[in-house]
Amino acid sequence: MPLLEITDLHARVAEKEILKGISLTVNPGEVHAIMGPNGSGKSTLAGVLSGRDAYEVTSGEVLFDGQDLLELEPEERAQLGVFLAFQYPVEIPGVNNTYFLRAALNSIRKYRGEEEMSAPAFLKLVREKMNVLHIDQSLLNRPVNEGFSGGEKKRNEIFQMAVLDPKLAILDETDSGLDIDALKTVAEGVNALRSPERAIIVVTHYQRLLNYIVPDFVHVLSGGRIVKSGGKELALELEAQGYGWLESGSTSELVAA
Amino acid sequence: MKTETMTVPNSYLRDFTGTDTGSDNPGPAWLSSLRQRAAARFAEVGFPTRRDEEWRFTNVSPIAETPFTLATKTQSELSAEGLSRFTYQDLAGTQMVFVNGHFASELSSESFPDGVTVKTLAAAMADDSPLVEKHLGKSAKFETESFVALNTAALEDGAFVHIAAGAIVTAPIHLLFVSTADSGPTVSHPRTLIIVEENSQVTLIESYAGPAGQVYFTNAVTEVVVSENAVVDHYKVQRESEKAYHIATMQVALAQSANFSSHSIGLGGLLIRNDVNAYLGGEGIECTLNGVYLGKDKQVFDNHTSIDHAMPHCNSHEIYKGILNDYSRGVFNGKIFVREDAQKTDAKQTNQTLLLSPYAQIDTKPQLEIFADDVKCTHGATIGQLNAEALFYLQARGIKKDDARALLTYAFASDIVSRIKVDAIRSQLDRVLLAERALEGIAG
Repeated sequence: MPLLEITDLHARVAEKEILKGISLTVNPGEVHAIMGPNGSGKSTLAGVLSGRDAYEVTSGEVLFDGQDLLELEPEERAQLGVFLAFQYPVEIPGVNNTYFLRAALNSIRKYRGEEEMSAPAFLKLVREKMNVLHIDQSLLNRPVNEGFSGGEKKRNEIFQMAVLDPKLAILDETDSGLDIDALKTVAEGVNALRSPERAIIVVTHYQRLLNYIVPDFVHVLSGGRIVKSGGKELALELEAQGYGWLESGSTSELVAA
Repeated sequence: MKTETMTVPNSYLRDFTGTDTGSDNPGPAWLSSLRQRAAARFAEVGFPTRRDEEWRFTNVSPIAETPFTLATKTQSELSAEGLSRFTYQDLAGTQMVFVNGHFASELSSESFPDGVTVKTLAAAMADDSPLVEKHLGKSAKFETESFVALNTAALEDGAFVHIAAGAIVTAPIHLLFVSTADSGPTVSHPRTLIIVEENSQVTLIESYAGPAGQVYFTNAVTEVVVSENAVVDHYKVQRESEKAYHIATMQVALAQSANFSSHSIGLGGLLIRNDVNAYLGGEGIECTLNGVYLGKDKQVFDNHTSIDHAMPHCNSHEIYKGILNDYSRGVFNGKIFVREDAQKTDAKQTNQTLLLSPYAQIDTKPQLEIFADDVKCTHGATIGQLNAEALFYLQARGIKKDDARALLTYAFASDIVSRIKVDAIRSQLDRVLLAERALEGIAG
C-alpha cells in the first residue's frame, strides 16, 4: 500500500485557487523532489499536507497509510507520522527547546500506545541525534529557535525530525538561504534518515540540494499542477534549461493532452 | 480635577465615624485623630467616578451600591482546615492570618525568627506608639486617595512587621487576609505596616483570598518602609472570589541603596484595582515592580503604578503582563517621575498584554515625567494575540492545540514567572498558567 496517495487535489487561499489538481503517489522508502518556480504551489502543497488552516481544500483526496489525512488536525497528522520541516522555523521565546521536543515526542508516543520516554532516555536519544546534525548542546537549553542563525534553525528542524522519527517527512525549502557547508550538513542529516520504511518529500526551488539528497523521483510543479515527472535526471535538465523552458514545454504538453 | 462626587451611602459613614465599630480599644489619641480626619476627607470626596482621571476606565459604582457590612469577630471563624485551601502546603516560613480583618491568632505562627517582630497593629501601638505613629499613614495619603481615606477611617487593627537592622530572614513571612461572607456582603480594610531596618533582608508575601462565589469587598492599604541598604522581595498574591471587589494601595518608601522587588500576581476577583507607588528617596536604589494577571469572564484588572525617582543613580525596572480571556478588561497606568535631582536615573517600563479572546480589552498608558537631563528612560507597550504561526508549529510537532495554547500563554508570562524566587508561588502560577496541564519544566 502506498504511504501517501494524493488524488486530484484542489486547494485555495481566500478566493484564489492555488492547487489545480495534484495527483501523487509516494511509497515507503522513496524520496520525491517537488520542484517549481515561485508561486507554483509548492509550499501550498506542503501546507495542505501538514494541516495549515489558511488553505481550503475544495476537492480531491489525500490518503496517508490508507487514512483520510485531510480531516485530521495538524497534531493528529504529526502523531500519525507526518513531519513538516518548516521553511521558516518559528521562534518561541519562553519555551525550552528540549522541553518542547520531549513534549512533542511523548505526545506522539502516547498516540502510538507507547510509554512516555523518561528524561534520561530522552537525553541519550537527543545526544545521539545531535552529533549527526552537528547541533551544539547549548542550543538545546535555549528557547525554541530563539536567536538561532538561519542555518541553526534549519538544522534544528532536521534534528527534530531525527528525534520524532516520522514515516513521512516533508522538507519545505529547507535549503533556502543555506551556505554550502550548512546545506551539506542538512543533507547528511536527511540522508542518515533515509530508510526503507520512511518516505521523504523534498520541496525546493533549486536543484543544488538534490546533488546531496539524491531523489528517486522528481516532479515539476507549475501553475498548481504537476507538469512533468521523472527520475533524478529531470532535476539536472531543469537546472540546465531553467523553468522557462519547462513552462513553454508544459503548455504544449497540455495542449497536446 | 474632580467635578463630581458619588453619593456616599450612609452605611459607610456610620461604620467609620461613629463609635459602633465594635472596638473596645480606641487606641492612642493620634490614631483617633488620624481616623477622624480620614473619615472627614472620605465624607467630603466620596468614591471616585470615571470623571476622575485616575479612574477613567474603572467604574466603582458597584462598590458604592452594594450594602457591605463589617463582619464581626464571631462572624469570622475559620478552621485550620478551612484555611488550608488558601495557604501553600509546601511553603516554609511563618504566617499571620486575618479573617475579615480580624486577627486569627490560632491560625498564625506563634513565634518568628530572631530580628523579626510580627504582631497586630493594635499590639504594636500599645507597645511602641511613637514608632507606629512615625510611619503609619505617612506615605499612604488619605488626603488624595479616597479608598485610602476609607481604609484609614476604618483603621483599628492590621498587620505590623518589623525587621531589625542586620537581620537576614531567609524563610518568607506570609500575611494572609481571608474574607468570608456567609451571611451577606462584607467589607474589610486590611492595613499593613512593614518596617525594614538597615542592612536587613526579608521575603514577604501578602495574599488575599476568599471562598468562591462570595460577594465581599477588600480595601487594603500597605505601607512599606525600606531603610538604607535593606533588601525586600515582596509578593502580592490576589486570589479573591470571582465575585469580590479588591482595591489596594501599596506605598513603598525606599532609602539609600535599598533593593526592593514587588511581584503582583492577580488571579481572582471581579473588580480589582491595584496601586503600587514607590518613592526612591536615596541614591543607589534598585526598584523592581513586576506584575502578571489573568483575566477571564468579566473581570476587570486595573493596575496603576508610580515610580518616583527623587535622587540620582537609581535604577527601576518594571514589567507588567496581562493575559485576558473572555470579556475581561485590563487597565495599566505606569507613571515614572524623574525629579530634577535624579540624574543618572535608569528607568525601564514594559507593559504587555495578551488578548486570548476577541472581546477582551486593555487600556494602557505609560506616563513619564522627566525633569532631569542626564537619564535613561524607556517604556514600551505591546498588545497581541497568541502567535498563530507558533501555535501551528507546536501542533505540527504533535502537541495538542489546547496544550499548545497553554504553552504559549505560559511562555508569554515566563520572564515574570522566572523572576519569582518563592517556589510555592512560582509553581502555583505554573499550574494556573498551564491550566493544570501536566506540562512541567518548560521554561526556556
